[in-house]
Amino acid sequence: MNNNWPLYEVFIRSKNGLSHKHVGSLHASDADMALENARDVYTRRSEGVSIWVVKAADIRASDPGDASFLFEPAADKIYRHPTFYDVPDEVKHM
Amino acid sequence: MTQVSSLEEKFLQVIDAEDKIEPKDWMPDEYRKTLIRQISQHAHSEIVGMLPEGNWITRAPSLKRKLALLAKVQDEAGHGLYLYSACETLGIDRETLLEQLHTGKAKYSSIFNYPTLTWADMGAIGWLVDGAAIMNQVPLCRCSYGPYARAMVRVCKEESFHQRQGYEIMTVLSKGSADQKAMAQDALNRWWWPSLMMFGPNDSDSTHSEMSIRWKIKRFSNDELRQRFVDMTVPQADLLGLTIPDPQLKFNEAKKGYDFGPIDWNEFWSVVKGNGPCNEERLNARVKAHENGSWVREAAAAYAQKQAQIHNISKTA
Repeated sequence: MNNNWPLYEVFIRSKNGLSHKHVGSLHASDADMALENARDVYTRRSEGVSIWVVKAADIRASDPGDASFLFEPAADKIYRHPTFYDVPDEVKHM
Repeated sequence: MTQVSSLEEKFLQVIDAEDKIEPKDWMPDEYRKTLIRQISQHAHSEIVGMLPEGNWITRAPSLKRKLALLAKVQDEAGHGLYLYSACETLGIDRETLLEQLHTGKAKYSSIFNYPTLTWADMGAIGWLVDGAAIMNQVPLCRCSYGPYARAMVRVCKEESFHQRQGYEIMTVLSKGSADQKAMAQDALNRWWWPSLMMFGPNDSDSTHSEMSIRWKIKRFSNDELRQRFVDMTVPQADLLGLTIPDPQLKFNEAKKGYDFGPIDWNEFWSVVKGNGPCNEERLNARVKAHENGSWVREAAAAYAQKQAQIHNISKTA
């Protein structure tokens, strides 16, 4: 039997108005313990106002090998950006 | 071209472009092994590093010093945890890492195999040992492996207080009574050479250096970092009015740095091999702490299982 406690990924919101950001991971027997330990391990110097913990096993991550077919198609779609369109110089605030 | 060599070429392109390697990216086996060895040794050093200082928490001379020492030791536990997590992203699990430490298969920094005999040792450790650690760690913030680099950024941010509180202790003792100043000098005498050994063997005898620099795990050689440490620390000792225990120490105008005497590598290797003053004591303390905690881990696992069952029953009801 694997005696390792499950791995949790830890996300911290540094202040209201900002998103939670991944800061690291830790092992805990359950989510409550993960939350308590995340507070001690990752917020000893006022780094956060809110913590999320997520079981690492519940995260589905994309494969780096798929990066080109997933993300490269966006590169040639320049018409998705505002600078692709010509408007007269006289037009302000657009 | 074989598959591996094209993958390796791509890997080296990423390294050369100063991009980061992330856990799921392809990497050479040797890169993975080197990182596992280095990061786990680093994590073990943080954990074992709590022991020499823990020795003085109950005997700190004031509440202020006690708070600082507690916070420092707690940081070291935290640093160990950041580093274990970074190491685990390379595909080794925590239990295996701990087992390697407890069986003596994995090493930790030899500096922690020296005893902390007086309160001044808390000053000397903060000033010299943490100072040397910072010198080693700052370039690791730019290490090519993303999770290690990110962990090091956090560690370095927190480490600066460790060194300053140590130097403050040394300042107060140096300006104190003759006995206190002598205590500070004695601590410097005992910690100076082991601190220089922390940078590892001379470049000519260092087995892992070349590839580590090619892969941008390391940025500077052992001797370069050691020289910088000496150049930075000598003026700090002068300010304290203490004498560095090296009769050959002398400023070299041509290289704008200090020349210093030879390091006793026999002592270094003897401590690495387990014959330092405290190797056995440190390892025993670590193993005992782990074993004494086993009932806590079992209880927590049983509790988690029970909570999950209750949760399932209430969901189906």
